[in-house]
Amino acid sequence: MTISTTAAIDETEAAPAIQTMPLSKALNAGLRRALAESDRVLLMGEDIGPLGGVFRITEGLQAEFGPNRVIDTPLAESGIVGTAIGLAMAGFRPVCEIQFDGFVFPAFDQITTQLAKITNRHEGALSMPVVIRIPYGGHIGAIEHHQESPEAYFTHTPGLRVVAPSTPNDAYWMIQEAIASDDPVIFLEPKSKYWQKGEVDLTAPALPLHASRIVRRGTDVTLVGHGAMVTTLLQAAVLAESEGVSVEVVDVRSLSPIDYGPILDSVRRTGRMVYAQEAPGFTSVGSEVAATVMEKAFYALEAPVLRVSGFDTPFPPAKLEGVFLPDPDRILEAVDRALAY
Amino acid sequence: MIQPADPSVVRVLAADGTIAPTPAAERYLSAIDALTDQQLEDFYRDMVVIRGFDRQATNLQRQGQLALWPPSFGQEAAQVGSARAARPQDHIFPSYREHVVARIRGVDPIGIIGLMRGMTHGGWNPNDPANGNTHIYTLVLGSQTLHATGLGMGLVFDGRCGTGDPDRDEAVIVYYGDGASSQGDVHEAMVFAASFRTPEVFFLQNNQWAISVPVATQSPAPLVKRGEGYGMPSIQIDGNDVLASYAVTRAALDEARAGEGPRAIEAVTYRMGAHTTSDDPTKYRTSAEEESWALRDPILRMRAFLEGKGASAAFFDDVDAEARAVADDIRERTVALGSIPVGTMFDHVYSEPHPLIAEQKAWLAEYEASFGEGA
Repeated sequence: MTISTTAAIDETEAAPAIQTMPLSKALNAGLRRALAESDRVLLMGEDIGPLGGVFRITEGLQAEFGPNRVIDTPLAESGIVGTAIGLAMAGFRPVCEIQFDGFVFPAFDQITTQLAKITNRHEGALSMPVVIRIPYGGHIGAIEHHQESPEAYFTHTPGLRVVAPSTPNDAYWMIQEAIASDDPVIFLEPKSKYWQKGEVDLTAPALPLHASRIVRRGTDVTLVGHGAMVTTLLQAAVLAESEGVSVEVVDVRSLSPIDYGPILDSVRRTGRMVYAQEAPGFTSVGSEVAATVMEKAFYALEAPVLRVSGFDTPFPPAKLEGVFLPDPDRILEAVDRALAY
Repeated sequence: MIQPADPSVVRVLAADGTIAPTPAAERYLSAIDALTDQQLEDFYRDMVVIRGFDRQATNLQRQGQLALWPPSFGQEAAQVGSARAARPQDHIFPSYREHVVARIRGVDPIGIIGLMRGMTHGGWNPNDPANGNTHIYTLVLGSQTLHATGLGMGLVFDGRCGTGDPDRDEAVIVYYGDGASSQGDVHEAMVFAASFRTPEVFFLQNNQWAISVPVATQSPAPLVKRGEGYGMPSIQIDGNDVLASYAVTRAALDEARAGEGPRAIEAVTYRMGAHTTSDDPTKYRTSAEEESWALRDPILRMRAFLEGKGASAAFFDDVDAEARAVADDIRERTVALGSIPVGTMFDHVYSEPHPLIAEQKAWLAEYEASFGEGA
């Protein structure tokens, strides 16, 4: 399935091609466009109908497309993903909403032992174009199970693709690209950035789904991350600049597969790299990127690749989230260590 | 265990092969009367031929040709009746012991052999018309009930059921067992099925044993009562009576296809063999129990019935000869199965290109080539 850009051009006859909107509205617009372009696309999840989801990402979509396209399901995550698999077998392209990161685990078996492996089990005779949307990450002061970063569970599972947009423009395009993918995609939404505004170019996607991107140029050290952390990396870069350190920032965007081209290109120029993530660091995406960069750019490195992560504890009560989650100061502390070599 | 006097269980054939319908069977008798002698003989033929295949596969495992075999021995009536009740356009979701169902729907049993030999994780293509819309086996218990329900939801959304045209309307039948009935996915499947009124039959083969654990540990109440709790009409049948299995499944599928929502059937049967070839039933059940169920063998029952109707000795000889031929054929084809090319493990991990997989496939090819010819 390919993404058509004609609908956007039609839409924008009355509206500008570039619009400023929060990430949540960009997702809503992307989902609306996917629903409009193919009647095989379905949204399914808990409270996504009249309520529009607890984060209102699907607001207005059931009224527009009907209850058989935007489906309020029973409250059962394994049921949502398991029936999405059956719907994909019937030729649909289901997009499942998991209400919060910590609620994905009742569906973990269907995602990892079924969804991820069905194409392989059928030797390619069946594809599984299913998207699992998961609002993930901290910074919202919520109770347990509502602030987690479970990406490593899914990147460790062959057969899944895992992506995380960081901007409204990426959210708008990546959700459509994920729906167009014939493989299952875990779509991690940085929920702390749902209300962050940015420009969305409605005419054409800037990048393919699985491309990483250099989002700030610098010469001394490369900061790499994904999702909400990209904003924090950019803040750290501005602070570093005031201290005379030139920082380059790479938004990974796709956690599986990882597009190493821009990352290695950057590290070969700066010689130093720090990966930052909200997830616990042990066996994490940051660990994987660090190991690969050391294998592929060893002679370019002036310092070991460093990681700044959530601690290897359960996500703490919200009053401590500011300590648990890497902030610009912790990232700059790692930058200082990298520069000390 | 079914009590002979239980009036709510559907049974038509008594264990001695005589027609002795229970009160619950009355509404199905006209459908059974409508069966031709040919159909009745085909039911018997199906059961005997697949038992021959099943015994051969068990032997092949014992001789090191297969890693594992889960026998269908004893469950032939439940499977033949339900599979013969389905229409060609219906969709079949087996668990992993439905060898009888798969063959009736057109699946070449060599696919099942390949799965158990370590040649494939699947074995056939459910989208190939030759396979009668039969999905591949699912090894994680109960998972397939959600896939069946999701496909049923798709049939509802696409208007592929409930139009009133029985030649066009489609239904789904999903097989699971007494052990799987405890899995949360089965519960969630029934919740979704009832909520979305899927055209679906949940066909539970209660074979009394989940490996070594008796059904009483799964549920002190009859499992058939579970379906009623979801608002599904639910019927318990004597699963060793092929006529009951056929008639009840046919009616349930007809109703589901017509848009009346999901149905549940509990077929009370017995796993006469081991759970798999790795199992040892002598550690957990008595020979007295096995002998009592042997008296209710579904094949002996149907044979006695057909003999009573005057089926010829030549017919029974012909069936036995076909069973031997199928068993011989599967042996020949099993031992002729070769290996699988190393690189295939990288194929179809994804439907679309994936750089990491491509890189690893290329690396392995280069690594293997580095040993040179004859290495």
